[in-house]
Amino acid sequence: MDGELVAAIIERILHHWPAANDLEITLEANPTSAEAGRFIAYHDAGVSRLSMGIQALNDPDLKALGRLHSADEALRAFDIARGIFPRVSFDLIYARQHQTLEAWRAELSRALSLGLDHLSAYQLTIEDGTAFGARAKIGKLDGLPHDDLAVDMYELTQDLCDAAGLPAYEISNHASDLAQSRHNLIYWRYGDYLGIGPGAHGRLTLDGVKYATATPLLPNQWLDQVERIGSGEAPREIISKKDQAVEALMMGLRLKEGVSLARIRALSDTAVNKEKLNEFKDLGLITLDGSQLRCSAKGRPVLNGILRGLLT
Amino acid sequence: MTELSRIRNFSIVAHIDHGKSTLADRLIQLTGTVSERDMKEQLLDAMDIERERGITIKANTVRIEYPAKDGQTYVLNLIDTPGHVDFAYEVSRSMRAVEGSLLVVDASQGVEAQTLANVYQAIEADHEIVPVLNKIDLPAAEPERVCEQIEDVIGIDASDAVMISAKTGLGIPDVLEAIVTRLPAPTGDANAPLKAMLIDSYYDPYLGVVVLIRVVDGKIKKGDRVRMMKTGGLYQIDRLGVFRPQMENIPELGPGEIGFLTASIKQVRDTRVGDTITHDKGGCDVALPGFKPSIPVVFCGLFPVDANDFEDLRDAIEKLALNDASFTYEMETSAALGFGFRCGFLGLLHLEVIRDRLEREYDIDLITTAPSVIYHVHMRDGSMVELHNPADMPDLTYVDHIEEPRIKATILVPDDYLGDVLKLCQDRRGVQIDLTYAGNRAMVVYDLPLNEVVFDFYDRLKSVTKGYASFDYQMTGYQQDYLVKMQILVNDEPVDALSTMVHRDRAEQRGRLMCEKLKELIPRHMFKIPIQAAIGGRIIARETLAALRKDVTAKCYGGDATRKRKLLDKQKAGKKKMRQFGKVEIPQSAFINALKMDD
Repeated sequence: MDGELVAAIIERILHHWPAANDLEITLEANPTSAEAGRFIAYHDAGVSRLSMGIQALNDPDLKALGRLHSADEALRAFDIARGIFPRVSFDLIYARQHQTLEAWRAELSRALSLGLDHLSAYQLTIEDGTAFGARAKIGKLDGLPHDDLAVDMYELTQDLCDAAGLPAYEISNHASDLAQSRHNLIYWRYGDYLGIGPGAHGRLTLDGVKYATATPLLPNQWLDQVERIGSGEAPREIISKKDQAVEALMMGLRLKEGVSLARIRALSDTAVNKEKLNEFKDLGLITLDGSQLRCSAKGRPVLNGILRGLLT
Repeated sequence: MTELSRIRNFSIVAHIDHGKSTLADRLIQLTGTVSERDMKEQLLDAMDIERERGITIKANTVRIEYPAKDGQTYVLNLIDTPGHVDFAYEVSRSMRAVEGSLLVVDASQGVEAQTLANVYQAIEADHEIVPVLNKIDLPAAEPERVCEQIEDVIGIDASDAVMISAKTGLGIPDVLEAIVTRLPAPTGDANAPLKAMLIDSYYDPYLGVVVLIRVVDGKIKKGDRVRMMKTGGLYQIDRLGVFRPQMENIPELGPGEIGFLTASIKQVRDTRVGDTITHDKGGCDVALPGFKPSIPVVFCGLFPVDANDFEDLRDAIEKLALNDASFTYEMETSAALGFGFRCGFLGLLHLEVIRDRLEREYDIDLITTAPSVIYHVHMRDGSMVELHNPADMPDLTYVDHIEEPRIKATILVPDDYLGDVLKLCQDRRGVQIDLTYAGNRAMVVYDLPLNEVVFDFYDRLKSVTKGYASFDYQMTGYQQDYLVKMQILVNDEPVDALSTMVHRDRAEQRGRLMCEKLKELIPRHMFKIPIQAAIGGRIIARETLAALRKDVTAKCYGGDATRKRKLLDKQKAGKKKMRQFGKVEIPQSAFINALKMDD
């Protein structure tokens, strides 16, 4: 995306809505040399935080993940970004094919030595409907770590990031208190957010009714629709109170800070299974501090199991 | 009434996909039984009905009129039997109503296991057999090799096999001629008192019970008062007819003819397959030998996953039983599973078919408990209790001894696989009775406990012989053995629906296998779960299912909220297929899969 376009978008947004003094504007950038040449223009347009999808620090793995950049190129781009933006973050993927615990330790340590203030470390997830999913289905995806190794990698990630001053504030996101991603926190705290471009989702409260918004996934379709009717929005869906409770719990428990059980119960007092709540508390998977419900360090890696149990 | 010499009754023996239905269609088409225009519709309808009737309809008949080259018009009756080897007994009964068979073999694929099992039935019924090689127009066809195989494997002369392509119609007139010239005409006496065999019956919502019959001696007419010799039932015939393939009324049926009757019979249960039908007055004295009724030998509990479905389950079971006299049921309660039914089946396939129909046609999710046979529990006071359900096992202090049913199993197998078959039979506590060879095929006869066979014996047999074994068995009686009730404890709580009766010497091995299986079948929970097998209070096997260590979505942002919520909803729907035991959720499939032995 060229700098002028970024500037025009930001200008238009600020024209429509008032902004906070400490406004954080994040841009997701590719870690390529071509993109790096535009970083100054992005900064001048108002971008204050750059997030880069680096994914891995060695070339064969980047190729296996289907990325077009090399590790060196990515690190150079990151270096440039760090000199320009007040806040920078990058993504890494672990539990990759044939990855050992020691290899991940070395790779993550190297990443943490680069002077990051925010890191997203995702465990590789094989999902249906993706290229990896298709390969897994026909048995062409070998060397994935078994569950126990994946847990060890997760735990190692917590240890190394804690030691580097970047504790997890969400399942896969690590930062010091000041560097937590502002817009992402809104999703997890289940606030309102607008999704405007192709394939963007939003949550919007209008007159006390909460809506889910969506837009066409394909850029051309989105452009066509905007030109035809002046909006890229698909028909809105009302989210029931019960579903709001489900979404708030499911997003909130991803955060270390947890979620207010009183807020969930105000939305729906039948959404949470009390028996399971006590059972999980006894098992040390969750804690309840007054009304604040949190996953413990032991509970966070099995959050899906907790959600399946808690949600009625 | 048709003259005996102008009747031919036959069945078609074929492996699935070797062209049985296409050949039947062609025979009907060529003889103009169904007009060209109606052809497709007519036959497909008939088959849909058969499929609809599922396994409960064991035979379908069609009457074809064929003007032969000798200038005479012949009546050909085709009885179509389902190919399930698992219902071998039913197939053999239908075979006894006809004099000959067409053996249809795919000219490129050759003889398959299913063909074998059915052709042996035909041989046993003293059929004249005409080999027919189908699909000879295909480039891969090897008629000579397949003829040799028929002679080697089955042991019948294939030198004058009829070469056809049912698809193109090639050779169909030769098949019709072969039926007339090579199959024998039936015998019988039109002037003797009526003697007709009840081949099968099914329930029709409009007509009541429709009975398929084969007249042996005498004549039967609409309005006749007839008596079923075994059941003693008296009926007046409302309707008499033949299938062409749609029902067509006919005034009279004579010796050698096959047709149907209706007589205001309310339930399939009121008719007995193999029974002799005669006139109430002036009837015959001696009944046909008949068949042993099929009696349920395998029992299991069927419970609704959702207790609210119990009444629906009761309705569904009653409806199914209306059309299937061999299926029995009675109410049962289980501490773990609530209200359900203890049901009796002819075998494992029968069980699976009924269970699938209940789930699919009546939309009820079911838990199936471990299949069991009937044990005779002899008490110290001299009385005897029939035990259908291991959960009802009486207190051991009052038990003197236990007897279990045994069978005589006959297995035909190519000798390459003989070793594996013998090992399987030994492993299942079998005692060898006989071992003979015919060409490169071996016939082994074993005395086996039925409880070792009911569950997965046939599956295992098919798998160790790659489908090339055929298997048949008959009950031989009861025999005392050292049998015990084995309980399974999940998270220290006994799950009564998983209790089984086992031989004491095999209990440890069985218990270990079941615990290992359950460890795979029960999903990991948030805590570790001990899984134990016990006899009385003694633990004989133990496994531990580790706690869930990782299950979390790595990435979840704004756009994923909806998708993630829907995913959770789907998982919750999956949870409905689970049953709660204390704090543990056990998937319904575990109750039956825990017993499958891969040994």
